[in-house]
Amino acid sequence: MAAGFDPSGRLPDVFTNAGTSSFTSFLSQVAPEMLPGRRPLPPGMAADLAPHATTIVAISAAGGVVMAGDRRATMGNLIAQRDIEKVHPADAYSLVGIAGTAGIGIELMRLFQVELEHYEKLEGAMLSLDGKANRLASMIRGNLGAAMQGLAVIPLFAGFDLAAKDPARAGRIFSFDVTGGPYEETGYDAIGSGSLFARSALKKRFRAGLSTDDAVRLAVEALYDAADDDTATGGPDLTRRIYPVVMTATAEGTHRLTDAETSAVAESVVAGRMENPGG
Amino acid sequence: MAMQFYASPEQIMRDRSELARKGIARGRSAVVLSYAGGVLFVAENLSSALHKVSEIYDRIGFAAVGRYNEFENLRRAGVRMADLNGLSYDRRDVTGLALANAFAQTLGAIFTEQSKPFEVEICVAEVGATPDDDSLYRNTYDGSVTDEPGRMAMGGQADAIAGVLKSNHRPDMSLGEAVKVAVQALGSVGGEGGAARSIAANQLEVAVLDRNRVGRTFRRITGAALIALLDGGAEGEAADGDRAKTPTTPTEEAHKPTTSAGSADLEDKPGNPEA
Repeated sequence: MAAGFDPSGRLPDVFTNAGTSSFTSFLSQVAPEMLPGRRPLPPGMAADLAPHATTIVAISAAGGVVMAGDRRATMGNLIAQRDIEKVHPADAYSLVGIAGTAGIGIELMRLFQVELEHYEKLEGAMLSLDGKANRLASMIRGNLGAAMQGLAVIPLFAGFDLAAKDPARAGRIFSFDVTGGPYEETGYDAIGSGSLFARSALKKRFRAGLSTDDAVRLAVEALYDAADDDTATGGPDLTRRIYPVVMTATAEGTHRLTDAETSAVAESVVAGRMENPGG
Repeated sequence: MAMQFYASPEQIMRDRSELARKGIARGRSAVVLSYAGGVLFVAENLSSALHKVSEIYDRIGFAAVGRYNEFENLRRAGVRMADLNGLSYDRRDVTGLALANAFAQTLGAIFTEQSKPFEVEICVAEVGATPDDDSLYRNTYDGSVTDEPGRMAMGGQADAIAGVLKSNHRPDMSLGEAVKVAVQALGSVGGEGGAARSIAANQLEVAVLDRNRVGRTFRRITGAALIALLDGGAEGEAADGDRAKTPTTPTEEAHKPTTSAGSADLEDKPGNPEA
C-alpha cells in the first residue's frame, strides 16, 4: 500500500473522506506516482523508447457501436508485438481503444476502467456516457507533458448511451487529442498511424443505420485498408491466425467477438481482396 | 476548584460498548449466508436508494447495520482500498481478509481514541469456488473480527435471528430456499407478542455474490425477480435479467424525495403496516 497509515492503524482520512467519487482524484492524494502524468521525465525526446500501438476504428451501427483494432505494435521500423490487444471494454456499456505509446496507453486504460467502476460502486449509479468521455479527456490532458516529449497516448472512446432518446443514436463515438477533448464524431472515426487510410475507406463505405454484422465487416475492411498502406498497422495474419480484436457495445452490454467469428470475417475480407485488391 | 473525577479505563470502555450496542440493537437487522450458488445478503431496509448491502470488489460484498453515515464512511474506504490494491497488483490479489483487517483496525482505533464509538456492525463476505471456500468476516464496533461459519446475523435481536438461521441453514441450498430461510429468520423477531411476522419485498434489500460469474459477481435482486423468489416461483433464473438494469444511469425517473436510511433505521418502532 502506497499510503502512509497513521500509528493508530486506522485507515487514513483520505480513504474515509466523503469528498470525491473519482478514483484519479483519490490517487492523486494517496499515490500520485501511480498517475501517468505525475511522473517527472528527464528533458529530451523519448518517442523511440517504447513500442507504439496503431490503428483503431469505431463505427456506430443501428443497435450500438462497433470498435476494432489491429494487433501490431511497432518500435521504429521493427514490429514489437504481433498480437497486442488495444481494444478493451471500459465498463459494461462502453469501449476504449488506445493508440500511441503502448505502455502508457495500457496503464491509462486500466486506470480509466477502475475510474468508471469506482464511481459506479461509490455512487451506486453509472456515469453518463458524456461524463465518461469528459473523464477520459481530463486523464489524457494530465499526460500532456509526456506527450510533448513524444510519449503521447490518444484513445478512441465509444459506447452505448443508455439515456439516448432515439435508439438509433445510442451508439456514440468520441475522439480526443493530446490536450484532451472530447470531440463527438458522427458515424465513424479512426485513430492511429493508419487512421488516414481507415477513415478514407470508411468515408466511402459507411451508411447510417448499418446492422452490427455489416459494421463489423466494414471495420475489418477499414483495418485491411489501413494495413495495406501503413507499415505500422498489421493486417489479418492468416499464417499465425492473429485477427483484429472486434468488440461491440449494445443494449445488452459489451461483447468481444470470438476468435472463430473474427477469423471468419477476416478470411472473407481477405478472400474478397483476392478478387479485387482495392476492396 | 474543579472536582477531578476519576473514571477507570474499564468503566470508559464499558460505557462506550453499551452505547454502541444499544445503537446497533435499535436498527433493523441483516443476515448473510452461503448457498450453493454464492453468498446471499438480505437486509431489512425501507429505502431502495440508501443501501445497507453493497459491492466492494469482484468477489467481495459488504453488509452493515447501525448508523448509515458511519458505515457508509467505512464502505467508501473499503472500495477505495480495494480499487487501489487491485490497480497496484492484480484483481485477484484483493481479498476479504485484508479488508476485514483494515476495518478492524479503523473501528478499533475509533473505539479507543474517540469519545463516541461507531455504532455499526459490518460483514465483509468473499465468495469462493465452493460454499466451504466462502469467507464471512464480522467486524464489530470495538475492532474485533470473527470468521463466521457460512452464516451470520447482525443488528437488533441478532442472537434470536442467528438461532433460527442456524437451525434452518444448509450450505447446499438453492437461492430460492436461501432467501426464504433468511427472510423467515429476519421475520422471527419483532412481531406482535413475539409472533413471527411477514416482511414484504419492498422492505427488503437482497443481493448476491454469484459464485459462477466471472469478474464482478455482485448483483442486486429487486422488483419482480425478488417477489418471484419470495413467492417461491422461479428460482434464481428470474433474477438473471436484472443485471443489465442495475446500476443504471440517472434518468428522469430519479426525481423522488429522499429518505434517510439512518434515521428510518434508528427509530424504535418500525412504522410499517405489515409489522
